[in-house]
Amino acid sequence: MTSSRTAPSNNATNGRVVIVGASLAGLRAAETLREEGFTGHLTLIGDEPYEPYDRPPLSKAVLTGWLPADHTTLPRRRDIAAEWLLGVPAVALDLQNRQVGLADGRRVGFDRLLIATGTRARPWPDPKQAALDGVFTVRTRNDAAQLRAHLVAGPKRVLIIGGGFIGSEVASACRELGLAVTLVERSATPLAGALGQAAGTIAAKLQRQHGVDLRCNVTVMALEGDAQGKLRRAKLSDGDELDVDVAVVALGSIRNTEWLHGAGLAADARGVACDGACRAFDADGVVTDDIFVAGDVARWPHPLYGGEFLVVEHWSNAVEQAETAAHNMLAGPSTRRAHKYLPSFWSNQFGINIKLVGLPTIADTIVLTQGSVAERRAVAAYGYKGRIVAAITVNEPRWLPAYQALIKARAPFPPELHAADGPAELRPLPAGFPLPGQPTHSITLEATGPGPSTPEPPTDEKSTALMDPRVPLGAPPL
Amino acid sequence: MRIVVDLNRCQSYGQCVFAAPTVFRFHGEEALEYDYAPDDELRTQARRAAAACPVQAISIDYLDERPEVDDRRDREGERP
Repeated sequence: MTSSRTAPSNNATNGRVVIVGASLAGLRAAETLREEGFTGHLTLIGDEPYEPYDRPPLSKAVLTGWLPADHTTLPRRRDIAAEWLLGVPAVALDLQNRQVGLADGRRVGFDRLLIATGTRARPWPDPKQAALDGVFTVRTRNDAAQLRAHLVAGPKRVLIIGGGFIGSEVASACRELGLAVTLVERSATPLAGALGQAAGTIAAKLQRQHGVDLRCNVTVMALEGDAQGKLRRAKLSDGDELDVDVAVVALGSIRNTEWLHGAGLAADARGVACDGACRAFDADGVVTDDIFVAGDVARWPHPLYGGEFLVVEHWSNAVEQAETAAHNMLAGPSTRRAHKYLPSFWSNQFGINIKLVGLPTIADTIVLTQGSVAERRAVAAYGYKGRIVAAITVNEPRWLPAYQALIKARAPFPPELHAADGPAELRPLPAGFPLPGQPTHSITLEATGPGPSTPEPPTDEKSTALMDPRVPLGAPPL
Repeated sequence: MRIVVDLNRCQSYGQCVFAAPTVFRFHGEEALEYDYAPDDELRTQARRAAAACPVQAISIDYLDERPEVDDRRDREGERP
């Protein structure tokens, strides 16, 4: 009998690798492939006409005008000697013939494939209203440049639909430009999906202090234009009608998996399922050898999350998962690596820096551990069943690594820190995350079921109404 | 030239803002902003900023990382 532990095949460093998705994950994967000795033919396919650029500044410094939209191109760690097919989306995957089909009819053959197609902005549900001049989403460089041009023109009022991170950051940029801003949030507080309602209550206060007309538990029912197709008015569920000439739709994202429909992979609206080594599962739940997944579009079982399949739309997840996927594309069974990313992200808004590490969305409790919210310097820990699972810092980034160590060690919650700036008495509060299945405007970290072949939850009238951002959450389903 | 900062790793020590104030700035007390594509004449400054970062959060394009000989030759050539 032969050993199952074989050395990497001789052609692992050769052949044809195709990466679909030419953003952060695609670029980092390409660099890692070359770094680790891949000498074969490398192709990057991207639907945007630009080489990989960074998205975080698009909702911040690009809107305030400090940074031109085209000053966001990512540096290269090394020469990746790749063939670039930019400005043309992939529309099909033919596993049988090992080819990616492009929108212009070309077919690109591969030996190994990396799927890194990421997400796009979730549009306003009414296509006619979404097409009005003045209605924007913020995902691409072009989106940000066009929105910036409209903000410079001095709109009477900017309406922001959705109080997740993008919505809150855009509100911050608009206030900095001196523009009148109304932010409409369907749940009880902004950032409730990402940080919980307890922290969201503080975010709400911050927004109002900075002059945002924040309306929670409210939805936008309709956007109305004039005869020229320009946005003029918005009808809200609280009965108000607002004169607005710019609306920013910030309702989260949609994963780019449509091109994989019928391809035979475990891919649907929740993402592309892959194992801990970033290898895609096929539709029967069998792991593939040469199809890999990384970044916003991947859903994989996280060891810290009880094996639940997670999707994590974080910058550092895109980087780390791409590096692991690329390593494993060249690795044999004994040298494969698992992707064990501990989620971490940041946001800058209203003059403060927010950083987060861990898995806050599973938390039941939050407790202030250091500093004070009133002084705009604070640290809080999130707990789940008596263990610390996440921590958030407000203008205190240097504390985060210490909390990260506690989270990795699954330390007891509330943590005993004896910090000099700790409160006299710890006062744990309910963290206030939405219940599973309840949609939020900003899901940057989502649990998507226990297995690769777990079917998508069925859509019925109730779930359709829940997903419609125009329907107030408190109202009975249509 | 091109740069990127890993803002998860960044802990707002601000060494880069001192080293290259036209490339990096604090927006508020702790929120770092920076130009991904500063003018080539700022390359020396930006390299210094990357070297000064205590948590090594700043990456520079491999083409901009090459030895300083070209710059130095230019600068030394200007000296009498």
